[in-house]
Amino acid sequence: MKKKKFWTLGVMLILVLSTILAACGGSDTKDTGSKDTSSGGDTASSGEPKILVYGRGGDSVALDPAVVTDGESFTVTANIYETLVNFGEKDVTIQPGLAKSWEPSEDGLTYTFQLQEGVKFHDGTDFNAEAVVKNFERWKSNTDKHPYFSSQFVVGDTQVIESVTAEGNNTVVFKLSQPQAPFLKNLAMSPFAIASPTAFEADEEGLSTNPVGTGPFKFVSWVRNDAITIEKNPDYYIDGYPKLDKVIYRSIPENSARLTDLIAGNIDVADGLSPSDKGTIEGDANLQLIERPSMNVGYLGLTVTRPPFDNVKVRQAVNYAIDKQALVDAFYEGLAEPAKNPMPPVISGYNDEVKGYEYDPEKAKSLLAEAGYDGKEIELWAMPVPRPYMPDGQKVAEAIQKNLEDVGIKSKIVSFEWATYLEKAENGEADAFLLGWTGDNGDADNFLYTLLDGDNIHSNNYTFYDNQELHKLLVAAQTEIDEDKRNELYKQAQEIISEDAPWVPLAHSTPILAANTKVTNYVAHPTGSDRLDAVDMK
Amino acid sequence: MLHYMGRRLFQLIPVLLGMTFIVFMLIRAIPGNPAQVILGQQATKEAVEALNANLGLNKPWYTQYFSYLGGIFQGDLGVSLRTRLPVSEEIFPYLAATAELALFAMIIAVVVGVNAGIISAWFQNSWFDYVAMVVALVGVSVPVFWLGLMEQWAFSNQLGWFPTSGREDVRNPITSMTHFYLLDTLIQGRFDQFTEVLKRLVLPGVALATIPMAIIARITRSSMLEVMRSDYVRTARAKGQKMFIVVYKHALKNAVIPVLTVIGLQTGLLLGGAILTETIFSWPGIGRYIYDAIGFRDYPVIQSGILIIAFIFIMINLIVDLLYTVIDPRIKYK
Repeated sequence: MKKKKFWTLGVMLILVLSTILAACGGSDTKDTGSKDTSSGGDTASSGEPKILVYGRGGDSVALDPAVVTDGESFTVTANIYETLVNFGEKDVTIQPGLAKSWEPSEDGLTYTFQLQEGVKFHDGTDFNAEAVVKNFERWKSNTDKHPYFSSQFVVGDTQVIESVTAEGNNTVVFKLSQPQAPFLKNLAMSPFAIASPTAFEADEEGLSTNPVGTGPFKFVSWVRNDAITIEKNPDYYIDGYPKLDKVIYRSIPENSARLTDLIAGNIDVADGLSPSDKGTIEGDANLQLIERPSMNVGYLGLTVTRPPFDNVKVRQAVNYAIDKQALVDAFYEGLAEPAKNPMPPVISGYNDEVKGYEYDPEKAKSLLAEAGYDGKEIELWAMPVPRPYMPDGQKVAEAIQKNLEDVGIKSKIVSFEWATYLEKAENGEADAFLLGWTGDNGDADNFLYTLLDGDNIHSNNYTFYDNQELHKLLVAAQTEIDEDKRNELYKQAQEIISEDAPWVPLAHSTPILAANTKVTNYVAHPTGSDRLDAVDMK
Repeated sequence: MLHYMGRRLFQLIPVLLGMTFIVFMLIRAIPGNPAQVILGQQATKEAVEALNANLGLNKPWYTQYFSYLGGIFQGDLGVSLRTRLPVSEEIFPYLAATAELALFAMIIAVVVGVNAGIISAWFQNSWFDYVAMVVALVGVSVPVFWLGLMEQWAFSNQLGWFPTSGREDVRNPITSMTHFYLLDTLIQGRFDQFTEVLKRLVLPGVALATIPMAIIARITRSSMLEVMRSDYVRTARAKGQKMFIVVYKHALKNAVIPVLTVIGLQTGLLLGGAILTETIFSWPGIGRYIYDAIGFRDYPVIQSGILIIAFIFIMINLIVDLLYTVIDPRIKYK
């Protein structure tokens, strides 16, 4: 027994010592700035390899963009895969991608694409017309598994893309069953990136963990919930790109920890920061603030099937009652503009003529009196999670509660865990709820039809707002190929929505990122998936 | 003894079975349909229904439950609804990450806690006693996330001694075999990486160790105080034996049983309760894995994750019970 006791004591002593040693070791090595010391295996042609560490809030779900719906997955896949056409560097205009040119037919039913030549997938397979056809056939034949394909290219039971055929090696022809105005914008979305047919024909599920595209970076490794590493594709078809040797996407869930990591130099870019961190970033000479162009809307939804919001006057009154400018100043640190329409001004078809509702409590009170509002207390739902369009749901709700109280509407703030919140709102259980939307493809349809058309009740139309006149306009716009006529339809639609007031559009926010100053050429894209091929490090 | 162990292990079966059932029913009682959550706000109704069918979630609950049970008996924990990977494959790295952290934290908690308790008891009512017990009181009361953020601010931000987050330097990645990084780096003889891993364990380890450390210190102290009032300790002291011998040879042996119980319980709690620490320090552990799974309504992951943690919890308690007999031969199990 005696021996055993002293033995245990010895072990404990060693452990304490090793802990202390580790702590001391820490202070010694830190100062030498030995960040990139032993990156031994990397083959940099000259000097140190350029490794960019990108910090973000969550991990990817899978690396096959066709099967996922989350932004974090697309953030990575946008650099491994490429699409036929690209969005512009900073906007949602359509630019060449894997297709160098394209030609729509008069009736908008046929699109002919000329493909880039000499492009290879990371596994050595040739990229050609056949590969494009195989990708589309894969999505078409199993729409259940490919959520974005079915939401963008299947209407009811009809496939919008009737056929995709190869003409020779570098020409692909798409035949549509009906004209689709946002067709090219859809093709530019990350989920429609072209993967190596050799890879998915051999193992379709495998693409989720072992992606093979034509993009500027090749997949290296994935430690779940921790880091995804991709490296330079030496055979990338655009000369001189990418500039970086390696990119490591780290998931750091806590916003403040991510910022701390950035300040400490452990990461080079931090995504998804709170507006309140703006000051810290600007005050640090080693950091640069990067603003992402706004393509979102944060709103207060008023469920039109529930009293008192079944009365349009009450909804209008609420619109007058809320001081949007004050909200923007208080909770968005000026990184937002007050909204008057359900979509941001960057989207083509935005109606700036719509007057919107200025802050006018007196008018609100008189409208409420006209409506015969009985003073019934409403539930005001506050989002439990921060989103780019709503940095702090709870605080915004408190401010709105005060605004409503000023005009005589009593409200009780409630909140639920996120998935529950969405499900209950979708079922129409909320009186008034905070929510928002970030555009997928930069098209007006993706805001107005998706969020406010009667077709999308029990889906994304959480207010249960249904206006037949609006429906006709929105459906007509979906197949209108003439851009000007189409924008005219959307402008009319926004006027109707403003009049009916199912929402209080609150703000279009500018999400922020921060990067170390040694990172150059970083351009944040409105869709949230940033291409890193031009990014460099000093 | 063997008989006792066998009986205890046998008793595990109904406990774990009952637990699978309760967890199964509870997570299905919370609103939020997995297919909807997976597909996100963007999904169409048809897509949600199709995915539900694809995932087998449209079947009656008892069919789902029994096929889940059947799977467990064949060592199949199901497939994650979100990533479509088998849970049994996916879960191990997370489990290892948390185990490494929890073990490290428990070592700190035990070494510091037990010794602080002993010294406090020996010098009862001294300044050390007061300070230690105030610290212990603060230790149990302070929220872990606050402590974690303060540690990051002080030791990473201001002093730069320790890295803020993660298990390894991603610029100098570890080739992992066992997923226990300390072990991996030792086997590969990468001492630079070994120190790196150790350094990264310190801050989350201390954050996680604080509460058990405080509890262990308090229990040790009160247990030691009781023992030290006993005759044989008084005799030993009267004989003029050195404090060290009295404490570690005579007193501790008799005082250690309640301490051991607390250590066992706390270790189990650490495994499941590491979520906050893991989130703050971006530790890819089991707590965050299950927490994320709850957000995504990833039923197989939640079920299996909780099942595995419960199993480990029960096993730790069994080991503690068996250790009693080693420490105190008067305790016998039949």
